[in-house]
Amino acid sequence: MNKIFEIPLYPYERSPDQDPPSVARHKVIVVGAGPIGLGAAIDLAQQGIEVVILDENDKVSFGSRAICFAKRPLEILDRLGCGQPMVDKGVVWNMGKVFFDDRKVYDFNLLPEEGHQRPAFINLQQYYFEEFLVNRVRELQAEGAPIEIRGRNKVSAVGTHPDHVALEIDTPEGSYNLEADWVIACDGAGSPLRAMLGKDFVGRVFEDNFLIADVIMEADFPTERWFWFDPPFNRGQSALLHKQPDGVWRIDLQLGWDIDKEREKRPENVIPRLKAMLGDDVEFELEWVSIYTFQCRRMEQFRHGRVIFAGDAAHQVSPFGARGANSGLQDTDNLIWKLKLVMEGKAPDSLLDSYDIERVHGADENILNSTRSTDFITPKSEMSRMLRDAVLDMSEHYEFARPLVNSGRLSVPCTYDRSPLNSADALDGPERTRPGSPCPDAPLGDGFLLPRLGDRFTLLTIDADAPDRIEEDGIEVTRLALSVKDDPTLALKERYLGDATSAVYLIRPDQHVAARRASFDETLFRAAIRRATGKE
Amino acid sequence: MSDLILTPNIDGADDFYAELLATHEGLETAESNALNARLVLILSNHIGDRGVLSQALRAARLQEEE
Ligand SMILES: Cc1cc2nc3c(=O)[nH]c(=O)nc-3n(C[C@H](O)[C@H](O)[C@H](O)COP(=O)(O)OP(=O)(O)OC[C@H]3O[C@@H](n4cnc5c(N)ncnc54)[C@H](O)[C@@H]3O)c2cc1C
Repeated sequence: MNKIFEIPLYPYERSPDQDPPSVARHKVIVVGAGPIGLGAAIDLAQQGIEVVILDENDKVSFGSRAICFAKRPLEILDRLGCGQPMVDKGVVWNMGKVFFDDRKVYDFNLLPEEGHQRPAFINLQQYYFEEFLVNRVRELQAEGAPIEIRGRNKVSAVGTHPDHVALEIDTPEGSYNLEADWVIACDGAGSPLRAMLGKDFVGRVFEDNFLIADVIMEADFPTERWFWFDPPFNRGQSALLHKQPDGVWRIDLQLGWDIDKEREKRPENVIPRLKAMLGDDVEFELEWVSIYTFQCRRMEQFRHGRVIFAGDAAHQVSPFGARGANSGLQDTDNLIWKLKLVMEGKAPDSLLDSYDIERVHGADENILNSTRSTDFITPKSEMSRMLRDAVLDMSEHYEFARPLVNSGRLSVPCTYDRSPLNSADALDGPERTRPGSPCPDAPLGDGFLLPRLGDRFTLLTIDADAPDRIEEDGIEVTRLALSVKDDPTLALKERYLGDATSAVYLIRPDQHVAARRASFDETLFRAAIRRATGKE
Repeated sequence: MSDLILTPNIDGADDFYAELLATHEGLETAESNALNARLVLILSNHIGDRGVLSQALRAARLQEEE
């Protein structure tokens, strides 16, 4: 049986663009059909913006890379029309165990907050994730949306011009040229576009190798995240076991720096390692094995004129904390509405610079978190190992030490504090919904809040009056009128009012708060709209 | 923010010091170091106040307060 990652999902087809004389010009070209490029293109097409995705390959990600997808990206995927199949297929988990040496030191329950449509995390193979995104592309095409994927179209040269970007593309039938008003570079960690523009970057390479194996087994391990520090079967190193759909299990084994990668990857060397971990009597089959070295780094700037970088092309983190694909989707969530307004002439070009500011801030937060996890997992000095072991030893006995254990701080979205798009906070309300924050979900009768926000500017009023519609210099804002009574669980009140009795929120198309105050004030909200669109 | 206490604050200083030494008695250096690491973490958690902890970390490096 062929695995999904072996089947060409977007096989090469000749495009009329390949037949000169004239070079075709597209509105937006997305380079790379990984999770981030697909997400960007779907968002554009849903908003009616013409987009072509180019990928040098024609299949989804080979084998398994990302497995752990957090609530925020699932909410973004809901807005992109493909959250449900992911959640339906994914494995939901909340429980975890931490082992040190030969014993379990504690277990934990993530205890996700109630009143959210989406779970805190699901585990899902990246190839499914990409497949569902490609399905969504096909669905949009069937509806007549202006979106196209071209497989085996490899970008080999780029030229930047004041009013467009020129690309040279290699295909099985030779090369051709294209032009685009805008290019979104989602061409992955090794980003050829980044190199072509001379924007390659250095960063911190963790001198460590990880064996990542996906095994198929009928085992009765529970749906939990198990993490080992210094276990007998992998002395001095760490290990992780995590469940994926279809009876596939993810195993990460830290191997250290001085190893022979090719040798370690061979089944005759991998299988004994896994047997030592799983026990001799567990039957398993290897689906995919690879060895990775991780880096934490980012580009200095994500925007270079009309070429905008997103996802791994712009920043990379170690996988402890599941921040790669998760944060990449937050990039495109931030970018697409801004690009749309700029393309329609409704916002100044400088609005795109706020993408840079906000997502560089996000990347720095992710890099910081992922660096700290890596430093805990792989102590860099004798003293840091001693402190690490002290934390682990005590975590078995004393609850206080458990929050210090760091096997990855799982991805949460960042708040764009100090963003130039925020208006000063004018509500004595909860911290978590201050300007810059991603809107937390809340139950509303038989539905939820988030599906009613997004794609456009919204004026969310809670027990407050406001016009149903305002237009400020081309930006249309529609009202969503709610009352604390709409949510008997009081989550809405707790998350959006706190001690206040009423509130008016200006919410961006990416579901982040731009401004808030206790009541509607036309002048101030018009100023907030201008500010949120880069006009003040 | 409260200030780190750097003036005498332990009743029966000699007794405390003897108890600290006794706790390490019979331990190899590595075990003693591990014990100290645990002790630092236990005491830090007890203090809890991040401002005081930062002052203590600086004080332990014998760095002058800015
Ligand atoms: C072992 C491992 C575990 C991980 N676990 C997680 C996790 O649990 N959660 C999480 O969120 N993230 C995780 N990640 C990170 C995640 O896989 C990446 O962040 C994610 O794939 C980035 O997506 P992307 O679209 O930016 O890049 P990619 O997925 O790398 O896609 C780039 C695309 O660009 C195409 N391309 C490249 N060059 C060209 C060119 N010249 N022309 C045309 N196309 C080109 C490639 O063919 C590819 O399809 C993990 C990664 C690894 C390795």
